[in-house]
Amino acid sequence: MSTTPPLQSPIANSAPARLFDCREAYAQALEAMAESDQRVCAVVNDSVSSAKLKNFAARFPARFVNVGIAEQNMIGVGAGLANGGMVPYVCGASCFLTARAMEQLKVDLGYSNSNVKLCGMSPGMAYGQLGPTHHSIEDLAWTRIIPNLSVVVPADPLETAAAMRYSLEHVGPMYLRISRMPVREVHAKDFQFTLGKAPVLREGDDVTLMANGVMVSRALDAAESLAGIGIHARVLNMSSMKPMDADAVLHAARTTRGIVTAEEALAAGGLGGAVAELLAVHHPAPMRILGVPGVFAPTGSAEFLLQHFGLTAEGIHNAALDLLRESK
Amino acid sequence: MSDAGNLTSEHRLAEKAQWLQHQANLIRFSAMTMTNHSGLGHTGGDLSSSDILATLYLGDVLRLDPANPAWPQRDRFIMSKGHCSGAFYSTLAFKGFFPRQMLSTFMDPLSKLNGHPDRNKLPGVEANTGPLGHGLPIGVGAALAARMRNESWRVFVLTGDGELQEGSNWEAAMTAQQYGLDNLVVIVDRNRIQQGDFTEKTIRMDPLAPKWAAFGFAVVEIDGHDHAALLERFSNLPLEPGKPSCIIANTIKGKGVSFAENKPAWHHGVPTREQLAIAAAELGIEVNR
Repeated sequence: MSTTPPLQSPIANSAPARLFDCREAYAQALEAMAESDQRVCAVVNDSVSSAKLKNFAARFPARFVNVGIAEQNMIGVGAGLANGGMVPYVCGASCFLTARAMEQLKVDLGYSNSNVKLCGMSPGMAYGQLGPTHHSIEDLAWTRIIPNLSVVVPADPLETAAAMRYSLEHVGPMYLRISRMPVREVHAKDFQFTLGKAPVLREGDDVTLMANGVMVSRALDAAESLAGIGIHARVLNMSSMKPMDADAVLHAARTTRGIVTAEEALAAGGLGGAVAELLAVHHPAPMRILGVPGVFAPTGSAEFLLQHFGLTAEGIHNAALDLLRESK
Repeated sequence: MSDAGNLTSEHRLAEKAQWLQHQANLIRFSAMTMTNHSGLGHTGGDLSSSDILATLYLGDVLRLDPANPAWPQRDRFIMSKGHCSGAFYSTLAFKGFFPRQMLSTFMDPLSKLNGHPDRNKLPGVEANTGPLGHGLPIGVGAALAARMRNESWRVFVLTGDGELQEGSNWEAAMTAQQYGLDNLVVIVDRNRIQQGDFTEKTIRMDPLAPKWAAFGFAVVEIDGHDHAALLERFSNLPLEPGKPSCIIANTIKGKGVSFAENKPAWHHGVPTREQLAIAAAELGIEVNR
């Protein structure tokens, strides 16, 4: 077992960082886009408030469609709107948006290569105590295997807004995971999102931490605590899950002693799986894959569940140490 | 007594219907020839839907330009019963979307004519279909797009009747009703047979017209093999302003070919060379050998 020293919070001596619900950034970006581009429209499955679309509906009523509680239909309607030259943003709780309509995702969006943008709200375990029916930890595995469908998991509000703007220019189906769990800003104000690029948030040559979504700020905290014991961790924001930045992953495998991935999703089939698939063929490297280990979560708040599954800065820190011990 | 003008227009309609009848039979024989070639296909539904497809495309109901298949203002036709690709592809080729010679590559390795339609491979295909219950939601979206863009294109969706057992159709119907999409027309190929058996022995669909009416559609039932009736209905749309339209086309699965008519086994039956010859004779097709 690891004999890690107790973690020092990297921000213990600074003022507490301001935390953001990324849905606000998404909603503001969508309204701004609708203002400047007549093709932008929104489709929702009843949950107008959860999807933060009240303002949009009030400002652009003619470009707002509420299909009711009907996700299969919702995805098809999105495909039809795209056929008619619109750029639909189809928004709903990610657990229902993906799972309930998986064949529509495959056929109407992926196979048809429809220019539809899916905004999966409150993904991962953000719904906490509501339980596994409302958790969306399978979505990364499901969506990333569908050809043509891009998968983006923004880390903070700046990246959420930047990815939204990018999605309008990008032609093709895209799944954006819009986090509800409060996160701090990890990007500079002028950050530009590019599909297929993994921003390096921190340089380091000992080990690489790869994370997406809410796990990115935790990976940065882990890198800070590792630095405290003389270990230099590189941190990559793997927000562009698909296409993945293969160059950055292979470079990390070649230039550091191993890779720790962290995602608010099942450990199987998601970011860790995608990285492992690439490395197994091109450059095998020691890895630790942090995620939910193939179980349905017990009852608890979102933060409790992240702690429960070790999806914390401390968990990433310990996984890195464990990996480094093995790869000596 | 009709005046001379009416007589002429009735005469013209009868002539057009007769011509469409022959075109539909050509589509039938083409679809069966394709299925004979590929060893796979859906003969029964190809034959039940041929008259509907011929009327929509060759009867110039749909506002389309085969030379410009992506013309933004075109009417959208969505073949929700994508398994009847033999009849659908034949109709598109006859309309001029691609050369008829391509039909002979049906399901061949790397052919653009996949068993089920792919819009990224073939001009004239609006949606990738095959799994059932996908066409109507897409049609609703395309009809909503016309409204958002203030365009006058119409959307036609052809579904099977067994297909209506998929709940997504009724989700889409509720949306169409809520938004009063009178630019949307659902045509049901009511041949009363699904893959395994007769629809009524499987999951009863009757009474079908009241179902659509209850979902807010204006509904009519017609003989889906009567070209004059189809033409008349298709040229008087919407059935009711402010409501989506549903045309239940009562058809016979395997229509026009005696050995296939109304037989569940012909849902995906494959005709032999000998059966093709019988079909040609019954359909009034002269085959050059």
